Amino acid sequence: MSQDTATYDAAAEFQDRASLSQKIQATLHKYPWLSSAFVLLFASITFSFFNENFLTPSNFSLILQQVAIVGAVAAGQTLIILTAGIDLSCGAIAVFASMTMAKLVQGTPGEGHPAGWSIWLAFPIGLAVGMLGGAINGFLVTKIKLPPFIVTLGTYNVFLALTLTLTKGTVPSIEMDPFLLTLGHYVNIGPFRITTGVVFVIAMYSFLAFVLRYTGWGRHVYAVGDDIDAARLAGISVNRVLMGVYMVAGLIFALSAWIVIGRVTVASPNTGSDLNLDSITAVVIGGTSLFGGRGTIFGSLIGAIIVGVFRNGLTLAGVDLYYQLLAIGLLIIFAVSVDQWIRKARK
Amino acid sequence: MSKAPILQAVGVTKNYGRVVALDGADLELFPGEVLAVVGDNGAGKSTLIKCLSGAEIPDEGQIILDGAQVSFKRPQDGRHAGIETVYQTLAVAPALDIASNLYLGREIRKKGPLGSVLRMLDGSGMRKGAKEHISALGIGTIQNISQAVETLSGGQRQAVAVARAAAFGQKLIILDEPTAALGVRESRQVLKLIESLRDRGMPVILISHNMPQVFEVADRIQVQRLGKRAAVVTPKTHSMNDVVAIMTGAMTVDMKDQALKPVR
Repeated sequence: MSQDTATYDAAAEFQDRASLSQKIQATLHKYPWLSSAFVLLFASITFSFFNENFLTPSNFSLILQQVAIVGAVAAGQTLIILTAGIDLSCGAIAVFASMTMAKLVQGTPGEGHPAGWSIWLAFPIGLAVGMLGGAINGFLVTKIKLPPFIVTLGTYNVFLALTLTLTKGTVPSIEMDPFLLTLGHYVNIGPFRITTGVVFVIAMYSFLAFVLRYTGWGRHVYAVGDDIDAARLAGISVNRVLMGVYMVAGLIFALSAWIVIGRVTVASPNTGSDLNLDSITAVVIGGTSLFGGRGTIFGSLIGAIIVGVFRNGLTLAGVDLYYQLLAIGLLIIFAVSVDQWIRKARK
Repeated sequence: MSKAPILQAVGVTKNYGRVVALDGADLELFPGEVLAVVGDNGAGKSTLIKCLSGAEIPDEGQIILDGAQVSFKRPQDGRHAGIETVYQTLAVAPALDIASNLYLGREIRKKGPLGSVLRMLDGSGMRKGAKEHISALGIGTIQNISQAVETLSGGQRQAVAVARAAAFGQKLIILDEPTAALGVRESRQVLKLIESLRDRGMPVILISHNMPQVFEVADRIQVQRLGKRAAVVTPKTHSMNDVVAIMTGAMTVDMKDQALKPVR
């Protein structure tokens, strides 16, 4: 083997010349969520100077409650973006699922008073509706070979229209089933109020993090997003992985709807319209690459919290809502620039 | 010496619409040899290789692996039968590490309930296996097996792809233009890899445009022309100019002068 070493010294060369920026870049490359964690820390410290109420347990538990919904949707969005896709229909799927559950439970009062369905039937049907929505997206992406952006732009409108048809524009808010409100319950631990919704989101993230990191399916999700042809040639059933990702994401969107109902105590056709773009914002700020194959699931939770911290901190500091939007916009551009820098320097 | 071929193609035909890509092509690969397949663009070398590996289904003809006729429907079928192919477009996922790439699509699960119930992967076992496979091919300078593949040079990436093929190839390895995208020094690494594969007794089919490289490593050279096998020669009996002449049809080789039998 020793006579071979002279031939293979090319590798040793590039390991010696690593400047500071290259080191930072290499570290960020390995841990893409680091930059977003740093932003979160820096923002929290800065905001605490402007308002003493910012860095209090009660305020932080409020932020967590506020970001739980976007955080939950962002979990599904992360899976899709990791495969180099995107889902613009996630909010519409969530709303459609929540309206399905609420409508079935409630029945149709007024017209002959048909009784509502059992929640143990309505709830699984609602989740199945979410998965079916994801399956339709997945089918169009894998079998009809349409770009995910166009597919989900189309299905976004379809699901929105279905929701409006189902509700005829009304809000079925009368006597919401207690089970559907489960994720709105809370316990107070000192000044810190923790809702079951927040616990649910953290549990969901932990489960997804395990699956992505320690199972073959998780690795295949990354491989498909990284280089779909390489994944196919390596013997991965690319379409099956993609189909699974869209269906799991659809299920997550339906579960997010459950959190929405728990928090706002009604199922309203209007609650989900911001979720599409907000979830993408959280994923991108969380360090996951829009080009796929790169990122971590917990990064998206951090990303969602960053957005929550900025909104909350700027409000407490008395900053106008317009400037809050500006700040979020700049954050997105910053996050994508960092991603591009990490990718480019590796080439 | 009359060794039986490990892989044999007899009269393989493949049409794409009205384009005849293969017109009754033959091929024999014998144990422990490097067979180079050369030919002009459109001579049918890629199609022939795809038919052998299962990426294309031939219209007519037979493919015989180890004495038994096979009919592959998908690349996976070829792989299961022990034929590994390294494609020209480096089939590695750049953001994944070396070990993950080596085991991509055939990950190993942990033993016991962690693997069967939780479906956890055996990360340390795969890293250990990857290290063994990499060093078995003499690629010593890849220091960290959990390094992302994109941090490697082109030659090292190709080495990972070749190591994967060598690790899982039971019968033979097909290399489709492995040096086409590489520089001089990196090509040298890959040629060394091919030689070390042969030293381990692994038969190799090498597709290449690069005549000096072909003449350096090949035991026999099959020249494709117009979808058929024009001739099989050896680097000892014929020159590069001869091979180019056969490729273009300027020269034909008498059957008795061809190297249809193993030379090693």
